[in-house]
Amino acid sequence: MNIKKDKKLFFNIGLLITFIWLLIISYSSSKRKPDNVGELLNDFSWLQKWPKWLDLPLMKWINIGFKNLNENYGYIFEAINNFLLFLLISLKNFLIQAPWPAVVLGVVVIAYFASGRKIGTTVFVGVCTFFIGFLHPIFWQKAIETTAIMVISIFLCLIFGLPIGILMSRAERIRNKILPILDLMQTIPAFVYLIPGIMLFGLGAVPAIIATFIYAVPPLVRLTDLGIRLVDTEVIEAADAFGASKKQKLWGVQIPLALPNIMQGINQCTMMALSMVVIASMIGTRGLGDEVLLGLQQLNVGRAAEAGIAIVLLAIVLDRITQSYGETLQERSAPAKKEKK
Amino acid sequence: MSKIEINNIYKIFGNKPGSVMQMVRDGATKDEVLEQTGHTVGLDNVSLKIEEGETFVCMGLSGSGKSTLIRHLNRLIDPTEGDILIDGDNVMSFNPEQLINFRRHKMSMVFQRFGLFPHKTVMQNVGYGLEMQGKSESERDKIAMEKIEAVGLNGFENQFPNQLSGGMQQRVGLARALATNSDIMLMDEAFSALDPLIRSDMQKQLIDLQSELKKTIVFITHDLDESLRLGDHIGILNAGKLVQVGTPVDIIMKPADDYVKAFVKDVNRAKVIKAKIIMKKANEVNGIDKSNLIKVYEDQFIEEFLPQIVCTNANCEVVDKSGNIKGYITNKELQSSLTKS
Repeated sequence: MNIKKDKKLFFNIGLLITFIWLLIISYSSSKRKPDNVGELLNDFSWLQKWPKWLDLPLMKWINIGFKNLNENYGYIFEAINNFLLFLLISLKNFLIQAPWPAVVLGVVVIAYFASGRKIGTTVFVGVCTFFIGFLHPIFWQKAIETTAIMVISIFLCLIFGLPIGILMSRAERIRNKILPILDLMQTIPAFVYLIPGIMLFGLGAVPAIIATFIYAVPPLVRLTDLGIRLVDTEVIEAADAFGASKKQKLWGVQIPLALPNIMQGINQCTMMALSMVVIASMIGTRGLGDEVLLGLQQLNVGRAAEAGIAIVLLAIVLDRITQSYGETLQERSAPAKKEKK
Repeated sequence: MSKIEINNIYKIFGNKPGSVMQMVRDGATKDEVLEQTGHTVGLDNVSLKIEEGETFVCMGLSGSGKSTLIRHLNRLIDPTEGDILIDGDNVMSFNPEQLINFRRHKMSMVFQRFGLFPHKTVMQNVGYGLEMQGKSESERDKIAMEKIEAVGLNGFENQFPNQLSGGMQQRVGLARALATNSDIMLMDEAFSALDPLIRSDMQKQLIDLQSELKKTIVFITHDLDESLRLGDHIGILNAGKLVQVGTPVDIIMKPADDYVKAFVKDVNRAKVIKAKIIMKKANEVNGIDKSNLIKVYEDQFIEEFLPQIVCTNANCEVVDKSGNIKGYITNKELQSSLTKS
């Protein structure tokens, strides 16, 4: 008990020391400090207006750190860049080279099976897909470029988001550490990481993928974590009581039952990724976003609106497909409802 | 050696259970502990012995610790202090691997809200314990089918739990518990969520199954009639303390304290008490009016011969199966035995 208390005390003292150390550093590194410290005690005007020397040199540190990162570990980013670019281009070329009716048909088939063979949803998705190209022939290729970026980003989100969400649901301590990071990712303005992204990966699609990942992964992580924790405690107890190991419990019970929530997370992830498309076009990513941007630059309201509608259509297509898959799963685990005829 | 032996179990819920142990041992009540330390006493020095092949019913109102107690037996909850011996093995000394093995083979459990896996069919649910035991699918399905038949659910094996009514779902729960062929079955308010008719049906089914299988059953309920019907022995819990353990007749005829008295005061005694309990032995009786006698068997419940006696105003002659006279019950004794205490 005492050790725990002492630990906390030491931790707090440590924080205090760090704070004082930061004060000293910022004071001594400032160019606008008074000639000697004694002046602070004679002239109290610094209490009135925020003094120029009370300035944490975080900007300088980050710039130095970033420069080091770029110079010394540039090859890592280059490797990531090449890898993602390779995935992206293969996917994009495949979709662009395929005849457009085949692509529309492919989307329809996916929608058909994902929605549990609902004809209404399937037809609706098909019509929306057709209308993307119907709005303006050039949108077809642009929409494919956008979709390719999104698919790769969402793929990254799944690879990183799901395991992190699972980890969070299993250990309170990990959750408490990751939650603030997710908050940070969701609140920090996108340009703050878009610009360094360009410096690390160059202009184009890869920084857009990275930015989309940062922007879109938090809801997936949160909903995975929540979904697993919301699984009925009695069902978990039942698995325990019959001697399920942790692994059997996770894969056999928790994840299948959390799947509707996880699908909701993937759906949210998709929607957020799409909303990143326009922003990403500002760093030279090709796709539907740059049509909107062009329309705005030329004050061509019609062109911007046309492109905007195309983005909405794309959103509807992706939303229906992911959403309806989640619903199909949910029907089974929800309490029985009356059959609709 | 008893099948299950619980020695001086304490369970305290809260941040630092160890810190209030001394207080609880010194005899502080549940309310005092909660008020002074914010800890909840779940179980307070409970010791129990349950013999092989009997049905032990643990009864108490909600919050009395009965569900906590049953979860100690398969260690879904760990005690703050105390030992649990099953077949002479100390369950508390098991490492995680032994514990999983123990849960797979020694015990099975039925839950109040059924605890079925909504994503598995009835057949897969029933076979879950076997799956954990590592049995092959064909073997699992064969045993599962037998058990589904035993609880009368033929034809529903490929349905999902939410397609079944509450009573049927609990039959699935029962079949799942029976399928692992464990010697001990834990039933946590298994029939409490069912409506009265189905509950009575399920009780009968359990009694029939038990007369065949002779498992050791620990049954939790808050319903006195249910406990009297099912239990070979009954333990009554109040605020985490075991206030009385005894046969159904003991509990009714000799309630240990006011709490138990309040519990049994509304019970239909005629339904529970057998003739041999209240009769006076043949050699101790004298001066009884033998002119007007009705013959009853010693194992008959009072309920069964009461109407006759009321109509004829006669005395009873109690005989055993081969017709030997065991004793007598006078009209007056009958009256007093049925009076509420």
